[in-house]
Amino acid sequence: MTPLAISHYTLTTALGAGREPTLAGLQAGRSGLSPKRFLDVELSTWIGEVAGLDQVSLPIGLEAFDCRNNRLAWLGLRQDGFVDAARRATARWGTQRVAVILGTSTSGLLQTELAYRRRAPDGSLPADFHYAQTQNSSSLAAFVAHALGVQGPSCVVSTACSSSAKVFGNAARMIAAGLIDAALVGGVDSLCLTTLYGFNSLELLAADICRPWDAQRHGLSLGEAAAFALLERDVDEAQGWLLGVGESNDGYHMSSPHPEGAGAVEAMRAALADAQLAPGSIDYINLHGTATPNNDAAEDRAVGTVFGNATPCSSTKGATGHTLGAAGGVEAAIGLLALQHAFVPGGLNLRTRDASLHANYQRESFDARLRTTLSNSFGFGGSNASLVLGCAR
Amino acid sequence: MTALKVHLQGVGLLGPGLGSWPAAQPMLRGIEAHVFSPTLLPSPARLPSAERRRAGAAIKLAMAVADEAVAHAAIDPHTLATVFTSSSGEGLNCHLLCEALAGADRLISPTRFTNSVHNAAAGYWHIAVASRAPSTSLCAYGASFGAGLLEAATQVQATDAPVLLVASDTPYPEPLSACRPLPDNFGVALMLAPSSSARSLATLDLELADVARAGATSTCSDLSLEALRTAVPAAAALPLLQALARGDTDRHVVCDLMPALKLHIAIRAKAGTS
Repeated sequence: MTPLAISHYTLTTALGAGREPTLAGLQAGRSGLSPKRFLDVELSTWIGEVAGLDQVSLPIGLEAFDCRNNRLAWLGLRQDGFVDAARRATARWGTQRVAVILGTSTSGLLQTELAYRRRAPDGSLPADFHYAQTQNSSSLAAFVAHALGVQGPSCVVSTACSSSAKVFGNAARMIAAGLIDAALVGGVDSLCLTTLYGFNSLELLAADICRPWDAQRHGLSLGEAAAFALLERDVDEAQGWLLGVGESNDGYHMSSPHPEGAGAVEAMRAALADAQLAPGSIDYINLHGTATPNNDAAEDRAVGTVFGNATPCSSTKGATGHTLGAAGGVEAAIGLLALQHAFVPGGLNLRTRDASLHANYQRESFDARLRTTLSNSFGFGGSNASLVLGCAR
Repeated sequence: MTALKVHLQGVGLLGPGLGSWPAAQPMLRGIEAHVFSPTLLPSPARLPSAERRRAGAAIKLAMAVADEAVAHAAIDPHTLATVFTSSSGEGLNCHLLCEALAGADRLISPTRFTNSVHNAAAGYWHIAVASRAPSTSLCAYGASFGAGLLEAATQVQATDAPVLLVASDTPYPEPLSACRPLPDNFGVALMLAPSSSARSLATLDLELADVARAGATSTCSDLSLEALRTAVPAAAALPLLQALARGDTDRHVVCDLMPALKLHIAIRAKAGTS
């Protein structure tokens, strides 16, 4: 692909709202995870909760969209001057020439889960439950498009944990086809009961803090996050570049990765081919690294197959938790921070490295001038996506 | 305005009173009135037995129309990229999860959780056909068909390879059905290719157009089909399917995308060269 300018980006995770606390947390090796309870969920686990969502009010006129996921979206949009950047893009290109393509896995499903507790004696849901504006997957993209006055093509990509990596591909294709000139991409996912109890039912939720690449890893810690990036056909000053997108499917199992990471290999190779880069040109790999025994093992093999075992890599989920449909966007933003601030983020919570894993896993952050990063996002349904990002030049 | 050109190589269709693409021809052509009768979902024979047991309505529906379209186009699905689009995914599964999570013990089944992802149908399809080709799953509420068609055509242009589009919607049970009433299962699959062949049914030229230029969204003259079109997001395909079934040359249909932005589709039947 022709390199595509990333004119602005922001992220809000358990490390804090906006780029600054995230950068500081990553550089200091601080985790945003804590063993606190989410609502009245009685599971023994650590979560990466974003603080302050109870105090967020949505813009006037968009009250029907009120739910945890859209509050998180609005909190995230208002960091780092992102709203202004989006408005500049619509002013420059025209409201119909800017797309909104966002990833989410559960959207506002928490709103439905809570509404089911308040069913009337006849079983009906309360009148204040707004299905279209909260539960429906598209609610996120509709809310963001309304809030920013964007009128170009808009939809949600919902492919579980690869969702907000794949949206970069949608945007790049639409810009290349001349359908649009800019796109607001990224993803938002918020904590809810379905994912907490669901991953618990699969025995993939760790009771301890998640420990990617550790010999004693026992599963993931769930987090929530909002991440946004603005891609534009051309800009005066880019903050980074989208160099390649690779997508594939495992075609193997709904909730377990292919043991050799065959689909992951295809996604990484497709991203490198799209970027016209050799594996040796990648300076840092942000792993999917969920800390489930099978996922880390399969990804380690896949990375070894494509890159060998020299390229520095880490999973940042020990800091943010696994933010599911937002993870691809979050980790693209972390990749951009690493490129801009010249460092490799360390993979937290590692005590004893799994001796059967061979990737060049970095447990502590260190300074390094990076030209390119690759970010992996793999999800249920065997959905894989890899992004290659380049530094501002 | 930029236009995307794709060649339609096959169609799959399953909905109330519309048993398949061939069976639906008299209704789509207006020779027979459409009569609403419940959609019958076949068991997905293509799936391994473990996955077949776990497949709910949304998976059965999507697989049925996907199967019909690839058979119609005589294409090998093993290397075929796919775009799935749906307003809501598996309604019954979602209801049962929410009900269990509102209950005392909150125990949910791992299969229910796995099937709750919006890309469940895509995941099952790629397992069934052992395909590692890229796949995406979209949602744009009432405009999910238009968003899916736009993405599939954009991918055809970007990759110069065929793409299978599957648009399908499955109803919720109560109480969600009161909030989002969908009358029945409805699915459509379109096999889109970058170049024409002897099997091409039509050439589609797609472009984005402001509502002022595109005009009103196309409708169905048959009242029963029109009721389906307005009630089920995937049934937004019906005006396009009617134009294809009639085989009229140089027709166009307008499909919903955004409130002020439509998808304008110019249809040339039995295209010769690409």
